[in-house]
Amino acid sequence: MATDSQLDIWEVFIQSRNGSHHTHAGSVHASDRKMALQNARDIYTRRGEGSSIWVVPANAIVASNPDEADMFFDPADDKVYRHPTFYVMPEGAKQI
Amino acid sequence: MADTAQLKYTYSLRLGDNAWILSHRLSELCSNGPFLEEDLALTNLALDLIGRAQGFLKYAAELEEKGRTADDLAYRRNERQYYNNLLVEMPNGDFATTIARQLYISVFEYYFFTALQNSKDETFAGLSAKTIKEVKYHMAHAADWVVRLGDGTEESHAKMQQALNELWMYTGELFEMDSVDEALMAEGIAVDLAALRPLWESHIRKVMEEATLEMPEGGYMQTGSRQGIHTEHLGHMLGEMQYLQRAYPDAKW
Repeated sequence: MATDSQLDIWEVFIQSRNGSHHTHAGSVHASDRKMALQNARDIYTRRGEGSSIWVVPANAIVASNPDEADMFFDPADDKVYRHPTFYVMPEGAKQI
Repeated sequence: MADTAQLKYTYSLRLGDNAWILSHRLSELCSNGPFLEEDLALTNLALDLIGRAQGFLKYAAELEEKGRTADDLAYRRNERQYYNNLLVEMPNGDFATTIARQLYISVFEYYFFTALQNSKDETFAGLSAKTIKEVKYHMAHAADWVVRLGDGTEESHAKMQQALNELWMYTGELFEMDSVDEALMAEGIAVDLAALRPLWESHIRKVMEEATLEMPEGGYMQTGSRQGIHTEHLGHMLGEMQYLQRAYPDAKW
């Protein structure tokens, strides 16, 4: 397998407008944090998509193991009472 | 054209040409960048410059009052009728050369447009205010790379130093002033380039020190663009850039 010769990978999170949360947009290659931020700016916000950018070294992200997905996620499948669906929605509330 | 309009036409044409020619140079790197992200970064700079060129060439065409458009000015002039600084027509060369050119010109433009924002000509002032935001980014992009490469490996240091040395002889011309500059300066319209020089030099020196590079000093300075005299590189570039408009005038899609 060819190794990736194009610098380190950074994950990019974009905030589309003030107050909203940062959403994962994709990743960029960069050798340092400044370059990561500039590359993210040039790739993901050229058409007015964002007002704030976070970049995170991909190796700083701790990910769940797909092999353990059953242990992690299956127990949530049959616990319907964990959803607040047994309450009446207050009038005017879009989501609770 | 009245005298002032004639002078402003020339001034606007020079600024438009600088943006236009540099934009084309950077656009040549589309699909040829050192890696995907930098390819996009460089062509993104080119797009900023096209917007700037459009603004200044459009204004020049209006001042000229001969019914020409910004496109006519961009595509239908001969080599000797372009007034861009020689620095911006220099070929991309290796990546260090592209970056050295970007550093010299963007630091110059930063101080230039900062000053032109106060021009008594409203169009120049307005275009400058818009340009300055873009140029700040161009300058940061170039300076960061100069430091990375200069303070990088032995090889990147040597290549960066060589590129800065080779393009140095085209920097003197940035500060040349002729009767157009002087007449417009007297009216509070044009920028005093002599006053920019120490600001530019100390800024460049600071970047080079951080990059552990040596600032080139003095030496022979190439000149000519104010008279429309260019290096051998511009003609070849125009040949490619103007081909479509020359072969199929008024072509539309």
